[in-house]
Amino acid sequence: MPDQPHVIVIGAGFTGCAVAHDLALRGIRATVLDRGEIASGTSGRTHGLLHSGGRYCVNDKESAVECIEENKILRKIAKQCIEFNGGYFVALNESDLEYAPLFEAGAQECGIEIEKIPVDKALKVEPNLNPNVLAVYTVPDGTFDPLRLALAFAATAKKNGAEFRPYHEVTGLIMNGQGNVTGAEVWDRVTNHKYKLHGDMVVNATGAWAGAITKMVNAKASVVPTPGIMVAYDQRLINRVVNRLNAPGDGDILIPQRRMVCIGTTSFEVSDADYIPIEEDQVEFMYRCAVELVPAVKSTNQRGWWMSARPLVGSGESGRSLARTFKCFDHKATDNIDGLVTITGGKATTCRAMAETTVDVVCEKLGIRAECVTRETPLISYRNYYLS
Amino acid sequence: MNSEKWNITLIITRQKGDAKPYTQSFQLEVDPDEYVLDAIERVWAFHDRSLVFRHACHHSTCGACGMRVNGTEKLTCITPIRDVTRDGGTMRVEPLRNFPVVSDLVVDMSDFYVRLEQARFGQVAPVDEANLGYEKDPDDGGDYERLVDCIECGCCISACPISLTTPEYFGPAILAGAQHSYSITRNPKLLDFVDQENGVWRCHSAFECTAVCPSNVDPGWRIMDLRKRVIGHRIKKLFGRK
Repeated sequence: MPDQPHVIVIGAGFTGCAVAHDLALRGIRATVLDRGEIASGTSGRTHGLLHSGGRYCVNDKESAVECIEENKILRKIAKQCIEFNGGYFVALNESDLEYAPLFEAGAQECGIEIEKIPVDKALKVEPNLNPNVLAVYTVPDGTFDPLRLALAFAATAKKNGAEFRPYHEVTGLIMNGQGNVTGAEVWDRVTNHKYKLHGDMVVNATGAWAGAITKMVNAKASVVPTPGIMVAYDQRLINRVVNRLNAPGDGDILIPQRRMVCIGTTSFEVSDADYIPIEEDQVEFMYRCAVELVPAVKSTNQRGWWMSARPLVGSGESGRSLARTFKCFDHKATDNIDGLVTITGGKATTCRAMAETTVDVVCEKLGIRAECVTRETPLISYRNYYLS
Repeated sequence: MNSEKWNITLIITRQKGDAKPYTQSFQLEVDPDEYVLDAIERVWAFHDRSLVFRHACHHSTCGACGMRVNGTEKLTCITPIRDVTRDGGTMRVEPLRNFPVVSDLVVDMSDFYVRLEQARFGQVAPVDEANLGYEKDPDDGGDYERLVDCIECGCCISACPISLTTPEYFGPAILAGAQHSYSITRNPKLLDFVDQENGVWRCHSAFECTAVCPSNVDPGWRIMDLRKRVIGHRIKKLFGRK
């Protein structure tokens, strides 16, 4: 179709891949640019928790509702890269027990299916759980493989006509005489040459780096890169995700993944997310948190530590209190710059919904009427991304 | 990470487009407990933005960062610098062998993925099937599933002396994937798929695959196990049993 609209998507993380998938299904030509490959930034480094929403059901209900809705959808469309064994929220002290009624009420309000189960039953099926556990609730948590989830969206997008250009870094945005964005200046890092790419719209899906893109045209994006440290240990001590039953804090989620368990996370703010050093005391702190939930972590070897920079939507508050929901900025409305839409915030679990919202905005701006069908569209094998 | 600092020379193989490969050296101050991938990422962040390398999870669950480090295949995100060099030493990083190079440290794994699809290898399996055949099954009392051990990093293909001689050979990860898939599904088509010159019979039992596998897959054992199953399948066919 020669007059098919063309949208440039910057960023091939969860959001960019899901946006390309949604655009392709709505008949819009998408070209995805990323300075790395698929999921080379924040997305690849998530600790892989398919959130039930339980973590947010008390003080961030909007995010909790998004999580449980998307959790159910991803389990249907992306089963190929999810180990879905459910999760526990466990109370280990009086403060945790006091949080329990809030948790029960919040979960009910957000539509998250939880069940209080006897402690001895929980210890029987998860024998490595802290034996001093005081209360246990089940939640529909899971674990996904971060790279393969992003690849599955990308593979399906590609099958439907989207084009991916990995290792193509956007070095500038092209503006027309009216001060609107009409394309991107691109550096192909594979062959080391530079070129210009024109499009009807540019979607900035660079997450923690969204501010670096909007800065190119002096537009605003209130994104706060908020990294967290995670540590992996070399034994699979649990089959379910184990969450601390309390308000979101540091080191309160231990998840099984392949032959490992991974603990996360901390929360601090940085201005530039390109390289963030890891402090030894944070790794030790994570270890203590992991041992508290599952004491057998003491008998494991540390397999790796890493960090990931969350792209939280800023509101002048500090990291933990920032909502985990997402926001789509039409820069026509915020900066009087047409042709540029920024999507950021959110979580891996909600990437499909983030894409739906973004592509709704894009369609409205381009005058296209097409319904989103990503809820019902199973993703094809992630390996197809690499087939030309 | 800690106060101990080493000075090392990081030598990276570079290649852009059709130009000939060359090496480039970087003098780095590193913490020996950092991972090889951290040093590579710092070169990109602070020294040379044109460096192309593949990475995603940084904790050995995705398999994107397999490279050759001082001549041995490593998953660079979990390989401490301390394990591969010394203070004042060198760390030579090259792309994996036996795959075409895309650019710098990135290789083209598309044929590898086509074959993994042909081997019908799934990434999620029941917990007791996800472990190695000679391991004791965990007494988990339930029907749980998990992401399997093979992260499709390609290290075993790079290390395999037979893959080095011919790209036609399926290679360890593909045969291990078929073995795993067969152990779950008992689909005889998988045995027909591997029972050929470039399948299980090409392996010379060097076990380099098992030596470099960062993920405990033991492809060498799986290939030997697959041979036994292929022979059993042939005998059954000989006597007319399907």
